[in-house]
Amino acid sequence: MLHDAWLIARKDLKLEIRSRVALNQVVPFALLVLVLFAFALDPDRGLLEKATPGLYWIAVLFSGLLAMQRSFAVEAADGVTDALRLSGLAPEGIFLGKTLSVAVQLLVLEVLLGVGVAVLYGTSITGWLLLLATIVVATAAISTAGTLFGVVAAGLRVRETLLPLLLLPVLAPVLIGSTRAFEAALSGTPSEGWPWVGLMSVFAAVYVVAGIFGFGPLMEES
Amino acid sequence: MEHDHPTSRSGTEPVVHLRGAVALLGRFPALAGVDLDVDRRRIVLLRGANGAGKTTLLRALAGLVPISAGEAVVLGVDLRVDRQSVRHRVGLLAHGTGLYDELSVADNVRFWTLAAGAVLADAESAMVRLGLDGRLSDVSVGRLSTGQRRRTSLACLIARRPELWLLDEPHAGLDKEGRDVVDELVRDAAAAGATIILSSHELDRAIDLADEIVTLGGGVALDDSGAGGDGNVA
Repeated sequence: MLHDAWLIARKDLKLEIRSRVALNQVVPFALLVLVLFAFALDPDRGLLEKATPGLYWIAVLFSGLLAMQRSFAVEAADGVTDALRLSGLAPEGIFLGKTLSVAVQLLVLEVLLGVGVAVLYGTSITGWLLLLATIVVATAAISTAGTLFGVVAAGLRVRETLLPLLLLPVLAPVLIGSTRAFEAALSGTPSEGWPWVGLMSVFAAVYVVAGIFGFGPLMEES
Repeated sequence: MEHDHPTSRSGTEPVVHLRGAVALLGRFPALAGVDLDVDRRRIVLLRGANGAGKTTLLRALAGLVPISAGEAVVLGVDLRVDRQSVRHRVGLLAHGTGLYDELSVADNVRFWTLAAGAVLADAESAMVRLGLDGRLSDVSVGRLSTGQRRRTSLACLIARRPELWLLDEPHAGLDKEGRDVVDELVRDAAAAGATIILSSHELDRAIDLADEIVTLGGGVALDDSGAGGDGNVA
């Protein structure tokens, strides 16, 4: 299973590096979202500083959706889905591999958005440990749920519009948890943030288990 | 799941054994009761008009289309009970290439080879066999001609060393040299112990290649006719 996961993750990442879709489309989109938030919430009024954690994670979610849609779009092309079914790769390995690939892309995106927030919003970064833990756990939660719902939508003609409708409500707890944890870290009260990290860990664990057992049957139906 | 089934006329366990096999696409019976036995090392040509059920039959034998009625045993696996476990033992050359456009020829062949549990040396030799080594191996599949994509799909298939080859129009899009290579691959695979079922509209070439011919029409096997040998349709 881990061998299969590694094969899929390596293939997906190589594909992204060669196609440069993430670099040319997803990253500019993410930075554009940050800039538009800055235009909408005038930095001089102090509102932007308060809203920074939420805006950051909304930008991550919206940009991450593009990466997740892309992850399954490449499998839908020209008979690749059938080739995957015939490959002998374990479905749980495919799930973990695609999750890992999406997670790596999200992590890169989050680092770039973090730099963007610091530069554009003038946010001073404090509470590094809590911030890093939040990023790791929230990324795991988003990528596991995104991969599971990605395969649900993959076989449908309306997958591009359906995935956000399915996924965004499901990820609401992650958005709330990661925003609260970031607020706690940036306001210098990290003890208030760790319970949210715990909550998101449970969320991620549930979706890892659901993906390992559910991805195969869902892939069969897609 | 292994299945007890009758032996074929040759006295060995057939690689493919279908009796009254029905496959539905939606509510439409794309296969409406097919009877077919294919022995090991045989090359079987499926022929029939468009919509006769050739592609559905090949996909059903690969475990991609469910059999809803009748008997269907492939490589000892009862497809009505378990469609998954036969899949990694068959190689399907379908209408779709099954390739990632953004990856190079070599990346594609290596990925599908390793996914099948084979080793990289198999991928390299498959590329050499299909004339995909050298400069072409680093070209993105999206930039290849139709024939070169077909060769790449074939390289992915042969690197997996499947026991049952299912070839849907394998000559389509290839030049004469490419079609000759396909025929040579098929003959070599059969000599090495594989079983090949192919559909082709290039009947002159395919009839020369085949040991048996099965004609499909309306989702059933209409008759059997010998090519190099007797047909084996029940």
